[in-house]
Amino acid sequence: MNSFGVVVTSTVEVGLRSDQEIVKLRQIVRDEAIAQGFSLVDQTKFVTAASELARNTLLYGGGGDATLSVLLNGARKGLKLTFVDQGAGIPDIERALQDGFTSGSGLGLGLGGARRLCDEFEIQSEPGKGTTVSITKWKLR
Amino acid sequence: MTASKSAALVEVLTRHRDTLLTEWLNQHLSISLRRGLATEAEMSDQFRNFLNIFSDTLAKADTLDASRPEWEPVRAFLADMTAHRARQGFTPVETATFVFSLKQPLYVRLREEYSSQPQELADMSWTVNLLLDSLGLYTTEVFQRSREAIIARQQEELLELSTPVVQLWDGILALPLIGTLDSARTQVVMESLLEKIVETGAAISIIDITGVPTVDTLVAQHLLKTVAAARLMGADCIISGIRPQIAQTIVHLGVDLTNVITKSTLADAFIIALQKSGSSIPTRAAG
Amino acid sequence: MDRIPILRLGDCLIVAIQVDMHDRLAITLQDDLTARIVKDKAKGVLIDISALDIVDSFIGRMISNTAAMATVLDAQTVVVGMQPSVAITLVELGLTLTGVRTALNVERGMALLKQRQP
Repeated sequence: MNSFGVVVTSTVEVGLRSDQEIVKLRQIVRDEAIAQGFSLVDQTKFVTAASELARNTLLYGGGGDATLSVLLNGARKGLKLTFVDQGAGIPDIERALQDGFTSGSGLGLGLGGARRLCDEFEIQSEPGKGTTVSITKWKLR
Repeated sequence: MTASKSAALVEVLTRHRDTLLTEWLNQHLSISLRRGLATEAEMSDQFRNFLNIFSDTLAKADTLDASRPEWEPVRAFLADMTAHRARQGFTPVETATFVFSLKQPLYVRLREEYSSQPQELADMSWTVNLLLDSLGLYTTEVFQRSREAIIARQQEELLELSTPVVQLWDGILALPLIGTLDSARTQVVMESLLEKIVETGAAISIIDITGVPTVDTLVAQHLLKTVAAARLMGADCIISGIRPQIAQTIVHLGVDLTNVITKSTLADAFIIALQKSGSSIPTRAAG
Repeated sequence: MDRIPILRLGDCLIVAIQVDMHDRLAITLQDDLTARIVKDKAKGVLIDISALDIVDSFIGRMISNTAAMATVLDAQTVVVGMQPSVAITLVELGLTLTGVRTALNVERGMALLKQRQP
């Protein structure tokens, strides 16, 4: 085992093409977070972030897929969720990260919120090329 | 090749078991810096058991690599003993010495057995050396992990002790924070306050920071987030015990406390809390 | 489609959300509540979220919208029973439930609703 690298120990794929599937993803993520021993608050933060991004994938990405992975970095456990869609893409990522939900702008992308709730956040998006977003949360102790 | 070496070693161990045991015990006691942490009888038992498991495994395993699964019984024994020693207060050196001090008695026996076979003697000595080295190092590894587990547990216990939430009155809680607050501890403390609020249905909580020497941005933010969370839940918080230096720091850091009731003493905060919860304020008798 | 039941107690409506709602169910609840406020001439709406272990921006917006519509219809809204981890997450998310009063439990919530604004 390479203790300097991050090892992926298991993955689960979930399709996101209906709002029932958003609920299903929330439950799968919650169950895995519980199984990995995350604290209740950390579970809730991660599941909430997942819900926000799943909804984005569905509403703005035209549907897509999510992959949940269990990570191992030395002795530290983590969860990573990656959302992929082939939608219109986000033109101005920086601005999207700053938009709040309560602004009522209708965008409510929740990207900034999801980032605040997680330890790691990555996003790649280009107009016409779809979007890929990843969030990672590490278990403390 | 390995099999014959193992067999030879087992031979030596079996034939000279009692002598080895005595010499090894004496070696260890003479090297060991601390006595009184375990009785000689305990140690004698331990040493005998180890020799037995060591011999058994040597006889059965077809490898002299102590990291292989066949050597699990020996490692398990050492892990157990190491954890025990760590708890008793032995140092990692003393614990590893348990294994290393077996070398000398074993070498002496090997020299006797192979006195006329220098090549074999060199081979066997080297084998024993490698084997005992890796087992000794293994105890160090286990020791390290044990200590880390103990420290983690002590930290948790400390955390529990230092997050007391007190019910001052019907519907009024107090959380006296004491000592330096780091981010992790503050979070835990705040979460337990919110849980207590739900448990007791307390509409008002007083977070008293009289006992906190310094407040940095992170801690101030956690405090504010806690107040915000309590409000979202339908309760409220008052922050008390803000000393002049802390007040200065807070203003300097640009932390916005305009939406939070703050009082310099817990007593003042309590009076406000009573007012807000609709209780009448007891007045002091004159004189 | 399954619906979330709405109970009436005097001139107040009470809703206990006990399931992880998918978005359409949340919208349906919002519509149902608005319709019932009118139909029952309700003065208060109490939403019990003590069973919810997650409130995301969609649910948050639904609650805020419901409260806004209730206000327009001269009714007040109180949300009760928010779990601590949900509250902590909402604060981190930056979501404020605008126009919504909150209380620790149903009893307190009903007491709040009874205090009518003049």
